[in-house]
Amino acid sequence: MREFQEAFYSNFIEDDRWEYIVDGLGVTLKITFFAVIIGIVLGFLVGIIRSTYERTGKLKILNAICKVYLTVIRGTPVLVQLLIIYFVIFASANVSKELAAVIAFGVNSGAYVAEICRSGIMSIDVGQLEAGRSLGFSYWKTMWYIILPQALKNVLPALGNEFIVLLKETSVSGYIALEDLTKGGDIIRSRTYDPFLPLIAVAVIYLVMVMIFSRFVTLLERRLKQSER
Amino acid sequence: MKKQVLALLLACTMTAALSACSGGQEADTEEGSDASQTEEDEDAAQAEESQEVLVMATNAEFPPYEYYDGGEIVGIDAEIAAAIAENLGMTLEIEDMAFDSIVTSVATGKADMGVAGMTVTEDRLENVNFTDPYATATQVVILREDSEIADTDGLEGKTVGVQLGTTGDLFAEDIPDVTVERYNKGFEAVQALSQGKIDAVIIDQEPAKVFVEENEGLKILDEAYTVEEYAIAVAKDNTELLEQINGALAELKESGKLDEIIGKYITAE
Repeated sequence: MREFQEAFYSNFIEDDRWEYIVDGLGVTLKITFFAVIIGIVLGFLVGIIRSTYERTGKLKILNAICKVYLTVIRGTPVLVQLLIIYFVIFASANVSKELAAVIAFGVNSGAYVAEICRSGIMSIDVGQLEAGRSLGFSYWKTMWYIILPQALKNVLPALGNEFIVLLKETSVSGYIALEDLTKGGDIIRSRTYDPFLPLIAVAVIYLVMVMIFSRFVTLLERRLKQSER
Repeated sequence: MKKQVLALLLACTMTAALSACSGGQEADTEEGSDASQTEEDEDAAQAEESQEVLVMATNAEFPPYEYYDGGEIVGIDAEIAAAIAENLGMTLEIEDMAFDSIVTSVATGKADMGVAGMTVTEDRLENVNFTDPYATATQVVILREDSEIADTDGLEGKTVGVQLGTTGDLFAEDIPDVTVERYNKGFEAVQALSQGKIDAVIIDQEPAKVFVEENEGLKILDEAYTVEEYAIAVAKDNTELLEQINGALAELKESGKLDEIIGKYITAE
């Protein structure tokens, strides 16, 4: 027990090392939050374009561009994308590392959200689209008022899953010297050479964050289910 | 179409079944000659055992001390370690890992020794033992050629890049108002410097020379930080190996082999 106390002291209290964890947590949350927003916007845009092409055959060129985007982003690891964005695309521009990370993770997440969104839209019976059109709605109005609300409800679990993955994927942002939660633990580890406590603390914080987030998604799902009755 | 698929499937199962049969037969025939073979195996195992393996943990992104040349890890540390292993009659095995993991790997017994241009510091001494020093080094500051920073005091309030867990990292922390950016690899910090993302990099002198040579538009600040000594890290409870390595190091120093290895990679100015 005393040993544990000593290890706890040297890993978290001494030299205010807990600040690495707390600051890192802030950075992780910030990156995840903005990356999720970019991911949703980009993902839904691409998803709608792709499903519009599938249903109506329109937007051929846009669909081709989206397909290239999906292939490239889903075909390469997010760490490599992050390094490319920071060291190659922003090579001469002096952007903040946080921005580089938000863009990298946002663009990455967008590709996965796009496929989730497309599967949601395609899961809504084509009859709904026909019904909307025969009532005088335009295609986009049918999409917005009739199809998307139902699609969103269907894909909520998959979306929640994607954001959990995204939150955990931000742990590689230490590669561009960004001090996120994982890097915070690594810095402590590089000072105390104790692998146990810093890693476990970091793991527990990720776990708690994911648990809170899953709970939130479950509540939202339950709320949306009320309309089914 | 369906029939074809079925035929293909059947063919697959049949081949699988056939090969399974032949596999069984092989096993049967082997059993007969088993006795003689196990003897041979034992002999081979014994031969291997006498040649114990010495696992060295390092971070092979630190030229000229350790770096990749082709598929192999070479450099001063790699050669010294090889000489030590030869002296002890062991075979050397090099494991490349993140610099901040080396002390942990040695302390937890995942590696026998850490040879990575590692300076003896108090924090590290709390977790591992160090052998006698085998080289001296200094920490230097790398700047862009057009930089206005004239001395180490000029680093105040600037953004300084370092490699996580190195002595440069510890030095940088003590500079007033400084923003420290900790990269996983030294060359990444240098890359960020030449792209103008940070103002300076603090790193060991010899790798700094190599980095400046390979990247245009960089220079080393004339004023250097204190002199430090590199030593080999060994687990606390492994005093036997510590003494063996110290003995080997002393022999290498005496025979001039150590200077020879260092001189091969570092040309005196």
